[in-house]
Amino acid sequence: MNIQEFLTIFISAVFVYNVILSRFLGLCSFIAISKETKPALAMSSAVMFVIVSSSVITWFVYRFLLLPFNLTYLRTISLILVIATFVQLVEMVIRKLSPQLYRAFGIYLPLITVNCAVLGVAVLNIDMFFINGKAVAGSFYYSVFQGVCVGLGYTLAMLLMSGIRERLELCNVPKPLKDFPLAFIIASILSLSFMGFSGFSR
Amino acid sequence: MKNLIKEFAKGIIKENPTFVLALGLCPTLAVSVSVANAIGMGVAATFVLLGSSLIISSIRDFIPDKIRIPCYIVIIATFVTIAELCMKAYSPQLDRSLGIYVPLIVVNCIVLGRAEAFACKNNLARSFFDGLGMGVGFTLALILISAIREFLGSGQILGHTLVKGFQPVFVFGMPSGALLVIGLLLGLFNLLKDKRV
Repeated sequence: MNIQEFLTIFISAVFVYNVILSRFLGLCSFIAISKETKPALAMSSAVMFVIVSSSVITWFVYRFLLLPFNLTYLRTISLILVIATFVQLVEMVIRKLSPQLYRAFGIYLPLITVNCAVLGVAVLNIDMFFINGKAVAGSFYYSVFQGVCVGLGYTLAMLLMSGIRERLELCNVPKPLKDFPLAFIIASILSLSFMGFSGFSR
Repeated sequence: MKNLIKEFAKGIIKENPTFVLALGLCPTLAVSVSVANAIGMGVAATFVLLGSSLIISSIRDFIPDKIRIPCYIVIIATFVTIAELCMKAYSPQLDRSLGIYVPLIVVNCIVLGRAEAFACKNNLARSFFDGLGMGVGFTLALILISAIREFLGSGQILGHTLVKGFQPVFVFGMPSGALLVIGLLLGLFNLLKDKRV
């Protein structure tokens, strides 16, 4: 566990393999909610929170339940169940504790259960930091840190996209390209510019 | 019988999951680098769709309404695990190139969407054909996108060179090419839809 490793994770998760623009995880929410900056930010913070906490939980589940009992083939089922339950729980807690916060990202929370970014990060953490059925030294910190970085990458892409789309609102675009198709084309150009970071990873 | 064929056919064009409903785009974009990957992904997703549709439709009267979504997720995840293990056993190379996108079929909106919108309300035969139609529609869309990308990105399709002396445009093999292709295809489909109305 050293600082260099963390830096590599940071750069690769935020820039080089950006969750949305390069791995295409969480694309549905990205296209649907990036029309304005404010909801986009609320969604990003909700996603970030869920990704980080689910990285913590899934690490414990995998390390202390699935690995010792040789149940790694149940990975997909158990991870998705844990994530879905956790999101439900968060929703209930937030509704009880802070109605204001609930209104701010209440509707986005259920969407996150089926957001591929959350499960994607969990699977990715397991693929990267558990080699041959053994946890890499410091894998817990790496997993959580990767969760944070992926959340940051999501926020970055979301902010860029919503800023651009807000400005495009008043532009005169060809009718068949309006909304979704245009959003994909913008995302394509964004992704192209992110390719410039690919030299960073080595 | 005619009804069943209709359930099957609607998934291919009229309600194509990718181009019309715009569902399940994450795996579509990620695995459409080559036609071989696209076929593998399409077959796996169709298998999951078929299996989960069948099971959900046959036990739809026993699932309590309140916890139906978790039930669906468990059923879908079971089939995804089966698909994942089979792929690891019989075609490790495909498994490596599809990577994390195989377990991610669980969160593919098409599968959960069909369970929620169709299989929980219709009988076994209709759900079967609906699942099959959606699966085939998804596979065809994947093949279309990946054929465009593979041809433009490497000048080949399934390892066969189509045009001699074609200078490949590498960007189509990259993530940004995938987004561009799907954006333009969605635009094209919108244009065709407007023309028809």
